[in-house]
This record gives sequence, structure tokens and C-alpha cells, in this order.
Amino acid sequence: MADPMRIRAQASGGKATVRVLMSHEMETGQRRDSAGKLVPAWFIQEVSASHNGKPVLTAEWGPAVAKNPFLQFTIKGAKAGDKVSITWKDNKGDTRTDEATIS
Amino acid sequence: MNTRRDTLKQGAAVAALLAAAGYPQYALAFNKNAFEAKSITEAIKAAGGGALVENKDVVLTGPDIAENGAVVPLGVSTNLSGVKDLLILVEKNPNVLVAMFKVNDAVDANFMTRAKMGQSSDVYAVAIMADGRALYSKKEVKVTLGGCGG
Repeated sequence: MADPMRIRAQASGGKATVRVLMSHEMETGQRRDSAGKLVPAWFIQEVSASHNGKPVLTAEWGPAVAKNPFLQFTIKGAKAGDKVSITWKDNKGDTRTDEATIS
Repeated sequence: MNTRRDTLKQGAAVAALLAAAGYPQYALAFNKNAFEAKSITEAIKAAGGGALVENKDVVLTGPDIAENGAVVPLGVSTNLSGVKDLLILVEKNPNVLVAMFKVNDAVDANFMTRAKMGQSSDVYAVAIMADGRALYSKKEVKVTLGGCGG
């Protein structure tokens, strides 16, 4: 199981800016190891977010997203105290969900 | 701040809830063709967009010079309405498509992430509209140190 995400969600003016830092290798599948063999691709493919249980964001990522990916987005109509939960799924089928409260 | 244990518990609860509600979180099919495309036009086509038209209302944010190609902050935003997807593409990467964000009423059409870039290249922000038009703006980002061990 991968490490928890770091989520910071801040409300201002009827919107909440959510910043997420995920912990993932994001291996591209282009890199070779010391023995010259290709390191298989391993990256987050799908990211989704929900606000108080209602889905608000879906994104698809390729291997070109940087290691330990950062994501920033803004939820409309969100206020302090609301819950935001983020889920990712990688190409090996691993998945992780973390939740944070908007401040 | 939540403890890790709390976070895990909440995560499990959320997952259980989603499963119970039959929420089609993973029904989203990963668009393999688009992410394996080797050129901008191929990727846009695979993502369901038509011919590319430059449009200043699609805004790409990124540095002029990236010192480290492994972490290039790139953002895409637009004020246009009727946008279906927002895409970030790096022309000279082995696979051009970096990320694809679905736009809906609940979020602002403004996303930011960090990408890897193998070498200096034009970076494209593309908005695929509900009617299939593909509007883009581009910017050259110079990379002084490649993101692929170069």
C-alpha cells in the first residue's frame, strides 16, 4: 500500500482550492535499470475526487506526470468543514483513497 | 490534522460507501490510444477532438525555462463554456499526452500538475469542446536537465 496522500483544501469565496500531493513512483516504462533492462511502466492512470460524497473530478494521467504527482483543482460551492476525498488507481490496479476536510 | 490511522479508517469507509452506492468510479475506461499517441494530432483524435484551432482563451501556465525536466509545473485553464476535457501535451515526449481532465459543473476549468519532459519542447494546452472542436494554446518550455536520466 502506498503512502497516504497529502491533501490541503482551503475555502475562499464560495470555492475551495484543493492541492494534493500523492506518493507514487510514476515509472515511465522508458527508463533502463543498471542491467540495461527496461523498467516496466508503473503510473497512476485515473484520479477522481468527490466533495461530500458527490463526484466532482475525474482525470486520466499518462506516465509523463512527474514522480510523486501534484494536483491542484478548485471545487465550486464548497465551504469550510466539507469533506473532500481523492482516489487514484494505477496501471497495476493498486488504488488509494484519502479524505480531508476543507479549512 | 488527521492521524494516519484515522485517514485509513476514513478511506475504508469511503470505499465501502462507494461500493455500496454502486458508484461507477472505475467504469471510466482509460483512454489507452490517446496516451500511447506519438503526435499531438493523433492524441487529440484519440481523445475525441477534431482539427486543432489556436484560441487565446485556453490558457497554459508553465515556466519559460525548466531547470529540472523531471518536475515541470504545468497548468491548464479556460473561461470558455462547453468544455468537455482539458488536456496537457508535451510535443517531444515519447508519448505526447500528459494528463486529461474531465470538466464538469462542479469544478473550475483550472487544473495544475507537474510533468516530466525529456527535452525542450512546445507544450500544448488543449480544450476539447462538447461539439468536438479542439482549441489550443502552446508555449515553448526549455529544459536544461532532461527528465529521463539524460
